[in-house]
Amino acid sequence: MTARSVSAFASGRGLSIRLLTVLLVLAVVLLFCASLLVGPAALGLGESLSALFAGKGGPVVLVMQEIRLPRAILGLLIGAALGLSGAAMQGFLRNPLAEPGLIGVSGSAALGAVLALQTGLAAAFALALPLAALAGAGLSAALILILAGPGGGALALILAGVAISALAGAATSLVLNLSPNPFAAAEIVYWMMGSLADRSFTHVWLAAPLILAGMVALMTLGRGLDALSLGEDAAASMGLRPGRMRLVLILGTAAAVGASVAVAGAIGFVGLVVPHILRPLVGARPSRLLPLSALGGAAVLLAADVAVRLIAPDRDLKLGVLTALIGAPFFLHLIWTMRRAEA
Amino acid sequence: MRPAAPWRFARWGLGITAVALAVAVAQGAAADPLPTRPSGAQMPSRVVSINLCTDQLAMMLAAPGAGAKPGQLISVSTLASDPMSSSMAAEAAAYPANRGSAEQVFMMNPDLVLAGTFTSRATVDLLRRLGVRVVEIAPVTSLQGVSDQIRQVAAALGRFEAGEALVARFEADLAALAPPSDSQASRLRAALYYPNGYTIGKGTLSDDILARTGFINIATELGRAGGGNLAMELLVMAGPDLVVTSKPYPGASRSEALLRHPALAQLGAQDGQAALLATSDADWICGTPHVLRAVAEMRAAHQRAIAGPAAPMQSLP
Repeated sequence: MTARSVSAFASGRGLSIRLLTVLLVLAVVLLFCASLLVGPAALGLGESLSALFAGKGGPVVLVMQEIRLPRAILGLLIGAALGLSGAAMQGFLRNPLAEPGLIGVSGSAALGAVLALQTGLAAAFALALPLAALAGAGLSAALILILAGPGGGALALILAGVAISALAGAATSLVLNLSPNPFAAAEIVYWMMGSLADRSFTHVWLAAPLILAGMVALMTLGRGLDALSLGEDAAASMGLRPGRMRLVLILGTAAAVGASVAVAGAIGFVGLVVPHILRPLVGARPSRLLPLSALGGAAVLLAADVAVRLIAPDRDLKLGVLTALIGAPFFLHLIWTMRRAEA
Repeated sequence: MRPAAPWRFARWGLGITAVALAVAVAQGAAADPLPTRPSGAQMPSRVVSINLCTDQLAMMLAAPGAGAKPGQLISVSTLASDPMSSSMAAEAAAYPANRGSAEQVFMMNPDLVLAGTFTSRATVDLLRRLGVRVVEIAPVTSLQGVSDQIRQVAAALGRFEAGEALVARFEADLAALAPPSDSQASRLRAALYYPNGYTIGKGTLSDDILARTGFINIATELGRAGGGNLAMELLVMAGPDLVVTSKPYPGASRSEALLRHPALAQLGAQDGQAALLATSDADWICGTPHVLRAVAEMRAAHQRAIAGPAAPMQSLP
């Protein structure tokens, strides 16, 4: 179904929102299955599905349960986390350019993760990896909100984001270049572009609790963001406390994005593109946009992860390459339309 | 093509630089008669090696110093003293190390530079332009090739007798490590699996080590030649009896974390056959007599595996 026909269905009625939700859930389920079925080992459909539910067994069971299943689960969770945090940030800042990847939150999370790995902290205490990434993401998110809070304007946000991204990227490269491990420097691309190749259930258990906790926190912001969309005065008259919302946004984004980056690297543009595609379909109601953006983000990331395996099966093409190829032109288009609106 | 007049003036500066460079290159070439003349009985006295494998062969073959006079070999690469890559890290500590940059090597005033054919082209070209004799040694692709390699380096150093002595010792030691009987039952399947899922197939020294010690390399089975990445899925589906991998470097990397993937660990639990075998890469890398230690280790691993699948093997830390 094309976006146009979806939008015809979705023109402002409750039922069509439900239809959109059903369609998105369906897309996520299909792409999750595709993620399980696509891989270099050419397995038959029936063979792979039965192996997925088998107990102990041969190599097919290992491939399905230990290699493909964790990859698909992480694609689902991380995509949802990125889509949701993008929608929440855009809603709070009332700025269409807010996105964890663009404004340096993902990059700072990568720096935290790399520091935890290279100092040996993550080897001594496994949870140090996602927690350090969370700290990096939290610090940069707080800094961004202070520098370019509501009313700070798109320019302040993007400038602060560019500065923080550049700083985090440079520091990450420096740490990896100075590592005694000869492979570390070659992994700069991974930390900046992200990949789900050869992830295991170890990574799922490390990241999933924090991602889910962060997403729950972000979901609670829906009503508040609805009120905020009416203007700050109206929100204040409804008894809303923006300070508390800001804290929830920072912590929720830090947990969801930080844990995602810790196990998959920084994947950009998902949080930018998804809310923008969905916003015209659901109307300007952040409380509706949040869950749909989570679904949309999951669908986009699962699709990208299937695509990297189809385009270059042997080469571990990075996810950020695909999301940027689609996202960056979209971003330029967005700036163009904003410029025209301001003129 | 002749550019228009104003362009010619604009390009004067550039033109002069180009002429100066061309002259310098011509002089460099004139001052370097060695590449065109066979080395013959001439024995270089200041040799710098900038490749891990030539480092080790040169250390074994070069003439030692007498009294306070330094030996024939004046510097080896920094990699030679890294125990993760070099079989002769302790010996290498006695030599000044170089990082292989043309500038640093040239300042050592060498009359022979030993390089690998995979050494940076720019470095080799620049050294030659500066009038330094550079001998490039190709990587060894089989155990048989080690003897040729020793002779090549010995000839470059002008140390023919030392070369022949080392070849004789190597060939005797290799013959002593007889390959296992070639019965079907004794053939085991092994995978070479390194960081980033790197594997090594047909036409390589590692493949020959496996073949000689009674193993079938699964990468060769899959039609892989040379080095390349093998998806973990394909490794698991191939179901090798033995996985040969490398010791992790200090610090952390995602490339090496792959080797601790649960699927690899469970591969061993599947039928009680496959087991991980941590092995030192250093002896596998270069075609030097040290490669015999890798052959002996794999031969022992083969015998243990044949003796009983349940026999405990060294597992990856």
